[in-house]
Amino acid sequence: MENKPSKIVLVGNPNCGKSSLFNNLTKLKQKITNVPGTTIENKVGTVSKGKQKIELIDTPGTYSFNPKSLDEKEAIRIFFEDPPPNTILYIADASNLKRNLFYFSQLAQHGIPMILALNMIDIADFKGFEIDVERLEKELGIRVFKINARTGEGVNTLKKALFEDQFVPHYPFGSENDHTHESHYDSIGKLLNKTTKIKTKRELITGKIDAFATHPILGYLIFLLVLLFIFQSVFTLASYPMDWIENGFGMLSEYLANVLPDGWVKKLIIHGLVAGIAGVVVFVPQIAILFFFMSLLEDTGYMARVSFIMDKMLRGLGLSGKSVVPLLSGAACAIPAIMSTRNIENWKDRLITIMVTPLMSCSARLPVYTLLISMAIPNTPVIGFISLQALVMLSMYVLGTVAALVAAVIFKWFIKYNIPSYFIMELPVYHSPRWGNIWVNCWQKSRSFVTEAGKIILIISVVLWFLASYGPKTDQSLSIQESPSLEQSYAGHFGKAIEPSIAPIGFDWKIGIALITSFAAREVFVGTMSTIYSVGDEEDFDQLREKMKKDRNQNGEPVYSLAVILSLMVFYAFAMQCMSTLAVVYKETRSWKWPTIQFVYMTVLAYFGSWVIFSVFS
Amino acid sequence: MRLTELTIGSIARITSIEESPYKEKLQEMGCIPGVLVKPIMKAPFGDPIAFELEEYTLSMRKNEAHSVQVNLLNPLFNS
Repeated sequence: MENKPSKIVLVGNPNCGKSSLFNNLTKLKQKITNVPGTTIENKVGTVSKGKQKIELIDTPGTYSFNPKSLDEKEAIRIFFEDPPPNTILYIADASNLKRNLFYFSQLAQHGIPMILALNMIDIADFKGFEIDVERLEKELGIRVFKINARTGEGVNTLKKALFEDQFVPHYPFGSENDHTHESHYDSIGKLLNKTTKIKTKRELITGKIDAFATHPILGYLIFLLVLLFIFQSVFTLASYPMDWIENGFGMLSEYLANVLPDGWVKKLIIHGLVAGIAGVVVFVPQIAILFFFMSLLEDTGYMARVSFIMDKMLRGLGLSGKSVVPLLSGAACAIPAIMSTRNIENWKDRLITIMVTPLMSCSARLPVYTLLISMAIPNTPVIGFISLQALVMLSMYVLGTVAALVAAVIFKWFIKYNIPSYFIMELPVYHSPRWGNIWVNCWQKSRSFVTEAGKIILIISVVLWFLASYGPKTDQSLSIQESPSLEQSYAGHFGKAIEPSIAPIGFDWKIGIALITSFAAREVFVGTMSTIYSVGDEEDFDQLREKMKKDRNQNGEPVYSLAVILSLMVFYAFAMQCMSTLAVVYKETRSWKWPTIQFVYMTVLAYFGSWVIFSVFS
Repeated sequence: MRLTELTIGSIARITSIEESPYKEKLQEMGCIPGVLVKPIMKAPFGDPIAFELEEYTLSMRKNEAHSVQVNLLNPLFNS
């Protein structure tokens, strides 16, 4: 059976260098395609040689053909596609061939032509493994290539071969009637006895690093320092591009205001569309920087150690060591964080992680906290260079994290699921970062934020703009009119309508409007306040702050007392005010049940939290 | 004896794995009768445990390790 490969699927275990090879072969000519109706994303790239082109499909790393997690289900789904891939490019970590060949042995049964690429030859050399490639080719009956995906060594030879004919492997794994795991491993063992030799065994540096990284005290201390460093970097580094983006959109609005003819179209474009897009794009720097660090930690192998040392603690809370990545990502944005739960095998662990991740303080809450803290908290130094304002900001992050962990415990009691959770995970060897992979990962996560959240935020921004700009006619007829003020608009009416229900937690109708508009994204709070207090430039924090401070209620007391501000901050910490997150939870759990429960529990928590704080401080 | 009973640094050979929902996962990851296994470190609070298994490091909880039966190879070091 011979054929020209046209649709090649790239498969292998996790941590075998698959992404590096994919990026290297496709020269980054790749796109992510969504499979309609599912959350599944395929990474498809093109390998070209002159005019010839081959479609190369990347799959999530997987250990076997019997998938355990959603990630792995996606990885093998490709083989049931129509038409199925006509060639498998299997990449194996040469320094750990036995286990890497297990999935290979399962795939070899399917009669699809295969090519074997042995990666990480350098580590194998270092460990003293000698692999007889010619003998391996002869035994398997397929082409075998030694490559170094990181440096690109051997990749060109492999690429050339992709445009040649390939053969089905002849090597019989297991025996005719025995395809148990034992019999496959037995065959692999025999194969490796014939084709590999171990000269000397040298120890890798990994063990020495692990003595620190998993130390009972130092391990947590290092993790804490890494976290502090990351968050400090996110705040300081992201502020520059965020300023540029804000200024850029400000200039765009100004330009549009000058060139567009007056009318509702102009208002829709400037206050609906441009403001909506700006609200999405402004978060990209923070999200990109946070994901840069997350990818860095994952790529070097450190994140697996964090999962290892955190597992016991998180298990008691109904989570698992694998919940660490989603929870930390939640500090940037809950949307990609929830999507990253797909590698958690146990449904209950995964569901609880999804349910509590939005309580982690995401970057959209940051502008809200910044405004409110600057209104109520004096900037006095507390310890050294740490100010009271910074301390309050930090405590908002702690509050979110504690709430997430407590919520997890409660879900643990309520969600019934009988299949026990387990934590069987490879601890990969440490290696220096593969920058190419990290950039690609960072870019793709940021893009998925813009497309996933962006669509929803944009639509809601436009709807809210309409509700805030138009109102019912005063003469009780059903026609609409351009509203003279926000108070007279649909949004204003709505705010007044809910005022009685939010009065116990200290909010008036104006805050009510902001709560409603915040459903697009939490940071819309600031923009709404600017509109309500008719501050010209949205980003003029000082002007807005002064106007808000001066606002008085009927009794002549300030609207924004300390109690109200703290109550608002707690509300924003707990409330589910993000439609995009709810949409992603629906897609990931495939039911409206969980986003509904999430919305209800978070809103109830927010209301009671605010009520308690308001009662205590007023 | 069971995998959980080994002290750090001792070497043992896997003899069998008890039936459990995670047996298949353990097998896929290379826990197969005949394979050499060596506990190399424990997470704080003693759980999970990391094992050197052939050429790589696999971590698992005590619970999973308990289902793996082993034969100790170097009792001298295992005082």
